Amino acid sequence: MQVLIDNYHLYLRGLGTTLQICLYAGLLTLVVGTFIAGCRVAPLTPLRAFGTAWVTVFRNCPLAVVLFFMAFGIPALGVNASYFVFGTIGLALYTSAFVCEAIRSGINAVSPGQAEAARSVGLGFGQTLRLVILPQAVRSIIPPLGSVMIAMIKNSAIAGAFGIGGDLYAVGIRQSSAQGEAIIPVLVGVALGYLIITIPAGLLLSYVERKVAIAR
Amino acid sequence: MSESVLYEAPGPRAKLRARYASAATGLVLLAVFAWVIYRLALAGEFTYDKWGPLIDPGNENFTPLWTLLGRGLVNTLLAAGWSILFSLVIGTILALTRVTAAAWYRWAVVGVIELLRGTPVVVLIFFAYQALPVMGIDLPVMWSLVIGLTAYNCVIIAEIVRAGIDSLPKGQSEAAYAVGMRRGQVMVNVLLPQAFRAMLPALISQLVVVLKDTSLGFTISYPEFVQRGETAIENLGNPIQLYLFIALIFIVINYTLSKVAVYTERRLSRSRRSAATEEPESAAATGD
Repeated sequence: MQVLIDNYHLYLRGLGTTLQICLYAGLLTLVVGTFIAGCRVAPLTPLRAFGTAWVTVFRNCPLAVVLFFMAFGIPALGVNASYFVFGTIGLALYTSAFVCEAIRSGINAVSPGQAEAARSVGLGFGQTLRLVILPQAVRSIIPPLGSVMIAMIKNSAIAGAFGIGGDLYAVGIRQSSAQGEAIIPVLVGVALGYLIITIPAGLLLSYVERKVAIAR
Repeated sequence: MSESVLYEAPGPRAKLRARYASAATGLVLLAVFAWVIYRLALAGEFTYDKWGPLIDPGNENFTPLWTLLGRGLVNTLLAAGWSILFSLVIGTILALTRVTAAAWYRWAVVGVIELLRGTPVVVLIFFAYQALPVMGIDLPVMWSLVIGLTAYNCVIIAEIVRAGIDSLPKGQSEAAYAVGMRRGQVMVNVLLPQAFRAMLPALISQLVVVLKDTSLGFTISYPEFVQRGETAIENLGNPIQLYLFIALIFIVINYTLSKVAVYTERRLSRSRRSAATEEPESAAATGD
């Protein structure tokens, strides 16, 4: 365990980089995922088809393939950026399919009776959406969306495997492979780093879930 | 669908407007697509050099490439198959101990489940690959991958099975106890078969996750589908074509599997009066 104590600053920095990747990818994936969800419920057929195709592709394609494509396919087209940018975008694109489905399921989970009741007491389209549907949809979106985000944090390790330098996973690989440190403490340290993020996030999520749950 | 009741059914004018808007968005999407194709053509991505090995049986590289990728796919399916088999067995045992065992033991099981669930699968695979030899266990590289995937997925399957058991009506076990069955018999003969039936769709979806995660074998140089693709790209220099092809194969297989899951779900819910009340959160829905 001496390795961990001696190199704690490396692990802390790795944790920071992992959180940074997740922050950027998280924001991007929320924007893209919401947009795709909008496409999927849109009244226009081409948009719906586009949304469905997007979700089918990114849900069924391994993240590793998406990241390989970002790492080697896109530069072959003459677009250049650091791998931090490519990896983060790849992670966000992959996650957006799951964000989209979480949002869509949230909207669909509001029972039609709610909207019918709102209509029947004379609320207009905007009022129905703003006062009745959306508040309920948002609450049922939180749990699945949170799970998607936790999954994304764990998946960011795969981006590290591609050589986003300095994230938690990459730090571990570097220490064990290049510097020949004893493997077990190093990997325990890496795993601990992720657990520090994912377990509290999971607890927070179930707390919020209990708080906002709606009896249906 | 809640949207449909948000506003009145569209009249003839609104319908016409929707049709124009559809045509316009369709054109915009087509234009974007055409632009991508144009950029690809400009970068020389449609040359025979790059596509020939994939699509022309007369090409000298065609047979070696397809053999290489074919073997890779077989290795992927093999690792995924073993992983799901082990995950099922271990996951079921975990679920049973969690449901039946004494309190302190149950907490230990819950702890293990949380630890394995919160660690990225790629870390677990790497751990299995690097740590097992240190502990004096030398296994072929496929088993490192299988052990990593099993460690990650058995806890998810344990949760799926537990939710399946929880979803059964209480009367099932009460009736079984009433006719004189023991605890183990109730579990094995009455509860588990029904739980598996209820959870079959979730289990099939989990297969998709395992199949996708098998591609992480590249981190430990297991010659699976994606890793073989890498080797081919090094020799042929056509990353875009091969990644598109690999992605396509994965999408076709996984899409088919998810359709099977949906179909099974529909069949089961039609024949069962008491459908599973609470669906567990499967990894398939979160992109784990």
